[in-house]
Amino acid sequence: MSRQAKKTDVVIVGLGWTGSILAMELATEGLQVLALERGADRSTVPDFAYPKMIDELKYGVRNGLMQKPRDSTLTVRHALNDAALPYRVLGSFLPGNGVGGAGVHWNGHNWRAMPEELKLRSYVAERFGADIIPDDMTIQDWGVTYDELEPFYDRFEHMAGISGKAGNVGGVIQLGGNPFEGARKRNYPLGPLPSTLNGRMFADATRKLGFHPFPMPSANASAVHVNEYGMQLGPCNFCGFCERFGCINYSKASPQTCILDALKRKPNFSYRTNAEVLKVELSPDKKTATGVSYVDEKGEEVFQPADLVILAAYQFHNVHLMLLSGIGTPYDPRSGEGVVGKNYAYQMTGGTTLFFKDINFNPFVGAGSNATVMDDFAVNQIDFRKEGFIGGSYISSGQFNGQPIRSMALPRGVPAWGAQWKSGVKEWYGHSMSISSHGSNMSYRDCYLDLDPTYQDKHGRPLLRMTFDWKPNDIRMTQFMRGKIEDIAKSMNPTSSTSSYKGEGAKYDVRPYQTTHNVGGAIMGANPNTSAINRYLQSWSTHNVFVMGASAFPQNLQYNPTGTVGALAYWSAAALRNDYLKSPRPLM
Amino acid sequence: MGKPPASTWFDLAPRLPSNRRRVLQGAAAGGFWLASGGAALGADVRAVLAAHTRTFFNPEEWVFVLAACSRLIPSAADGPGALEALVPVFIDRQLSGDFGNATDWYMQGPHVPTANPMLGFQSPLTPAQIYRAAIPAIDTWSRQQAGKTFAELEIAAQNEALRTIEAGKAGLAPEIRDFFALLLQNTKEGYFADPMYGGNHQMAAWVHIGFPGARGSFKEWAEKDNIRYPLGPVSISGSRG
Repeated sequence: MSRQAKKTDVVIVGLGWTGSILAMELATEGLQVLALERGADRSTVPDFAYPKMIDELKYGVRNGLMQKPRDSTLTVRHALNDAALPYRVLGSFLPGNGVGGAGVHWNGHNWRAMPEELKLRSYVAERFGADIIPDDMTIQDWGVTYDELEPFYDRFEHMAGISGKAGNVGGVIQLGGNPFEGARKRNYPLGPLPSTLNGRMFADATRKLGFHPFPMPSANASAVHVNEYGMQLGPCNFCGFCERFGCINYSKASPQTCILDALKRKPNFSYRTNAEVLKVELSPDKKTATGVSYVDEKGEEVFQPADLVILAAYQFHNVHLMLLSGIGTPYDPRSGEGVVGKNYAYQMTGGTTLFFKDINFNPFVGAGSNATVMDDFAVNQIDFRKEGFIGGSYISSGQFNGQPIRSMALPRGVPAWGAQWKSGVKEWYGHSMSISSHGSNMSYRDCYLDLDPTYQDKHGRPLLRMTFDWKPNDIRMTQFMRGKIEDIAKSMNPTSSTSSYKGEGAKYDVRPYQTTHNVGGAIMGANPNTSAINRYLQSWSTHNVFVMGASAFPQNLQYNPTGTVGALAYWSAAALRNDYLKSPRPLM
Repeated sequence: MGKPPASTWFDLAPRLPSNRRRVLQGAAAGGFWLASGGAALGADVRAVLAAHTRTFFNPEEWVFVLAACSRLIPSAADGPGALEALVPVFIDRQLSGDFGNATDWYMQGPHVPTANPMLGFQSPLTPAQIYRAAIPAIDTWSRQQAGKTFAELEIAAQNEALRTIEAGKAGLAPEIRDFFALLLQNTKEGYFADPMYGGNHQMAAWVHIGFPGARGSFKEWAEKDNIRYPLGPVSISGSRG
């Protein structure tokens, strides 16, 4: 250890959504709070300013805002007996980097979990019988209920200025909202975004079929909003450069637009960038953390003492740090014992593209959350015993961008290059819309995270290793959705359509982008033998370490994770403020 | 518009022996040039390509890339081809920069280039090194098959050769098996990226499909149905296409 820094009350690893929320909440208690962010500092101006942000190649294709694999990556394998190989080039998922984290580059789809999803194992057992749960499926209850989380979902939605239409306010179903959602105390702070033509065509078609379309809950503001910290959002201008980009317009909720300027005004908050935490340091009995070790921007290693350590990095990195630091027992997939690394899960997605020769959709008129959704085949709407799978999806039609390098849907028969490709892009650009399935992914005994035996990062630490593949249950789920979506598509009478869903025997492919909804590995729960952190996101083994983020999900929701990640952060912060800080100890 | 004089067409590196240079110039200005439908290529584009100071490609590679790009996005018919869009200039710059050098990628060994492709890129070579190794390998293969380099082949034979390479049947080593995918991806990038990267000359590829480029503000258009957006593209630098 070459240098020891001055002690702080709280050290936060990572300054994205959860790091910013925890910093704000704990600084409000008067504590000295220090955030360590391994990436660069970033602000709307100059980092996301027009026009240089409107650059598909730099940000959309070369992933300019993302974590660079040379700095941090993991290895991937399909099965326990395979050798894992490094994820050398970004593809399937895109972890964020720098101040704001992935909260900078998301599309802004902001969801709550369904009440049933937060107690999934109990729900399945009580409703359908535990015998339908396959032996290798390791789904669990979260240890927190929807009713407990509701005030914290509400707070996150109002902090982030979510636009949408409630479907269930206090148990009363609201026309035009999602009738299948859990009850909420009040509506979203802002009304829905306007919808592009695809969304209205989808709404008409699904309504005719007896379904219940509603606007995507959106972190792209539909109107002006001032949040609890005095931060201001202005209405989204449909620039069509949202996901993978920083917002040019102060419209997309992010740590920058919603928290950071207010946080930086607090004298007891500070942050250091280009400061990469290597390890959480523990007391000799491992029952408490003493601080963290990090490498600063000059490459010097620093020990930062702290009374409280908040892991608020991306899902993979939280798990990686726990494994490297000896926080909790590593999971062993053969015995099923241990907890850290357990229940890695992903997101099962698929989609159908509809081509309309005579309709011009102006696809560049896009917003990250410009979508119409139906939840008629959600987790709580499906008879799992009858359909032969556990899970569900929301089905939506969005128009997010028309960036031509990546967003160039072409009908069957148009080749990938040559004269017919050139005429095909002219004929079909702007003449398609998509209907997508965004589905749950269950957790399994042999889908997990541990340390790789071969590959190392630039600091000489073993890389994290992912063992993951698609399973028959989840493939059946997505094939079910395919049938439903293709029926909707057919009713819309397109010129032609193409479908892309995982089929029987599908293997996980790291190359095409799917989602950055990697979950699990440091899962929450009510039992220290089956979860790494308790219901307050507190490490069972090391009580002054709290672990934020989607690493807490015991299996994946059918929804995008951010809304639940935000709610859990406020829930955990409330436990810290109301209880832990008064008497630091294991809360369960 | 006749075929351009060889001496002004390709800027061949002076380090080549003069007899070799003549062969290359002949291939470029004759076989390649006629095959690519060069009559459609405007004088301004010819001038830009001829004046381009290459940052990565050597003369043989440049001839190959010009030929291959013009097959992937041909000049004939409506809309710019890859050459009119200056895609080879784009690729040349990309390969001498961060992309070509795999600056952002995890390149530590051990490497298993024969791995299941679903596990992603596993070559020990950077994109620049893959181009450098693959182009002579393809020309050697082409000579074995047809007695000519790729650029010397007739259009139909070039298309057939590219289909064979795309299908992984040209015998490329595992370390360079991703070459075709890289070339096609880089060609489309050069076609549609902002012009500041050297391709998408005069935003003609954006005009071709109706993409308005870096305008970045369309709120009032969300609810206009089936009406074509009336304005052409702008670039990040503020030019109008």
